[in-house]
Amino acid sequence: MERPKSISRRRVLAAGTAGIVGAALPIAGQSADQAARPKVPADPTKVQGPPASDVGGRSPFERPKRLSFSDRRTSSLTPLQDLDGIITPSDLHFERHHGGVPAIDPQQYSLLVHGMVERPMVFTLDDLRRFPGMSMIRMMECSGNGGRVYRREGSQTDLTPQQIDGLTSTSEWTGVALSTLLREVGASQKATWFLAEGMDAAVMTRSVPMAKAWADALIAYGQNGEPLRPEQGYPVRLFLPGVEGNASVKWLRRIEIGDQPFMTREETSKYTDPLPDGTARIFSLDMDAKSLITEPSFPDKLTGPGWWEIRGIAWSGRGKIAKVEVSGDGGKTWQLARLDEPVLPKCHTRFRLPWQWKGGEAMIASRATDDTGYSQPTYDVLLAARGPSTAYHFNHIRAWKILADGTVKFGGAL
Amino acid sequence: MPRFLTRVLHEGSSRGFVTAVLLLFGCSAVALAQKPAAAPLGIGRAATPADIAKIDIDVRPDGQGLPEGQGTVAEGAAIYAAKCASCHGKNGEGASFDRLVATDSGKNFDFATNPKLPRAVGNYWPYATTLYDYTYRAMPFMQPGTLSANDTYALVAYILHLNKIVPENAVMDRSTLPAVKMPARDRFVMDNRKGGKVVK
Ligand code: HEC
Repeated sequence: MERPKSISRRRVLAAGTAGIVGAALPIAGQSADQAARPKVPADPTKVQGPPASDVGGRSPFERPKRLSFSDRRTSSLTPLQDLDGIITPSDLHFERHHGGVPAIDPQQYSLLVHGMVERPMVFTLDDLRRFPGMSMIRMMECSGNGGRVYRREGSQTDLTPQQIDGLTSTSEWTGVALSTLLREVGASQKATWFLAEGMDAAVMTRSVPMAKAWADALIAYGQNGEPLRPEQGYPVRLFLPGVEGNASVKWLRRIEIGDQPFMTREETSKYTDPLPDGTARIFSLDMDAKSLITEPSFPDKLTGPGWWEIRGIAWSGRGKIAKVEVSGDGGKTWQLARLDEPVLPKCHTRFRLPWQWKGGEAMIASRATDDTGYSQPTYDVLLAARGPSTAYHFNHIRAWKILADGTVKFGGAL
Repeated sequence: MPRFLTRVLHEGSSRGFVTAVLLLFGCSAVALAQKPAAAPLGIGRAATPADIAKIDIDVRPDGQGLPEGQGTVAEGAAIYAAKCASCHGKNGEGASFDRLVATDSGKNFDFATNPKLPRAVGNYWPYATTLYDYTYRAMPFMQPGTLSANDTYALVAYILHLNKIVPENAVMDRSTLPAVKMPARDRFVMDNRKGGKVVK
């Protein structure tokens, strides 16, 4: 499989017929590109390499990048096609912010918890770190993810996984359970909603049901073994497993416990879903099951017929992925993909299926089912339920088209 | 102390952890394992009324959180022209940024099937209090948090008037604002998706 120059990772997979043969080989005959390649010794066994370093970096041959659409750069997308496994490197975790990335001194930081509580309290970062903590590996997806291919159905074929669905990432998040803080402040049992507020220039606010607070909400200070990245909420963010990303308020400064939703702009004007029956769904927090094949994908090119491994990620905000089915014939028949361990709730799950490309045109697609029994719908089913100009939650089945010469294009939806 | 404790806690279920917790918090290890903070652990400090007043700026639909003060449509028009029109258009029709005035009075709510119908305050926002809350916290975009309560009431009065929701002589304050009924108020339904076989 060849990845053209625009894609940071370049690989050639040799196709064999006896099984999957994958090997990273130098690409022959691309001299212009070769000239730009980092210089390495002809034989690394004959020279001492550089010594140990304080902070490591990527191989100069690997240059994965987030991608931003607009000049204002209010979001950036994860290069899903460049990733293996389920963890998103922290510096490639997608971003979406409404007032830029604030600079916050952790020594000045504090979190206020007040409202329907016995003891309104202020917690410093040291305080939060002192509480019994926990870690969880969970995905986060923006509910606007995939809107581009939902609304402009079929019209664009030169789209990468990153461009289609790059607003989803997975990290190990570490922090203190919000329920621990709720007990500390004596949150009222009568409370039904809480407000989370950030200290960015948008002073972002979202209302969240208290049931979520007691269930699995996390006040996170760690991501993949280190403090949160600034663009992920440094020093402290709310993390709501399985919930649309916007509600996991970053740079968290305040939590107010109340008995009704606060109806902020981000949960009324935005992040609500108009429906064909003339209503709009509000507080559509949970992310439904979804999957995406990340290899092969545009702009890969299969170098020849034979065995290829179809790879991708599947996730559900409601629980674990129960199965992922893959079709090599545009949805006529489906085969169960293998799921890599670990299969975690509300988390990216890696799937794989060896697939024989016989040459000629083919349409490959994936369909995720979660442990509630929900299966990723076709485009037509989702369209009927939501209408063509609904605003969020675009999880219909995506397809890739393999052309006769091995070129891979986005194939729209099934 | 926090560093020491952090280290002890990180030893997880070891004896040191249980002992440290028993010594420090005097509660039973079993209860602790199930409900880490059944009783306060005594971490953090009490918030003072000043701590809260400084950042408690949210406003709810029932009016909770609205400050003293008031503003008229005419006052709002002047502030709008100076501080908002450059980005949102002379009459709120939108410019480099969001349209603030709806193209219709809100009787159409076919947003899901009509891509040409823009969502805006007058036809999509369910609560007028949201306009106060958002404008006060986040606008003007390059100088957020600089509007006074009076300015914000006036801007809200003006934007509601541009949307034909309040009359030209309207005065917005902590009692009149929550009483404004928005055209889209009854259009919103709570999420009814639950997973399972049905796609909603
Ligand atoms: C420099 C440009 C700029 C100026 C000046 C500005 N705004 Fe905005 N406004 C924005 C941007 C950008 C957004 C969208 C922010 C986002 O989505 O995160 C916005 C959003 C809004 C919204 C929400 C619109 C919706 O439908 O969700 C309102 C209301 C608003 N502004 C009111 C005002 C008022 C009132 C003023 C004057 C006090 C003002 N703005 C000044 C740029 C501006």
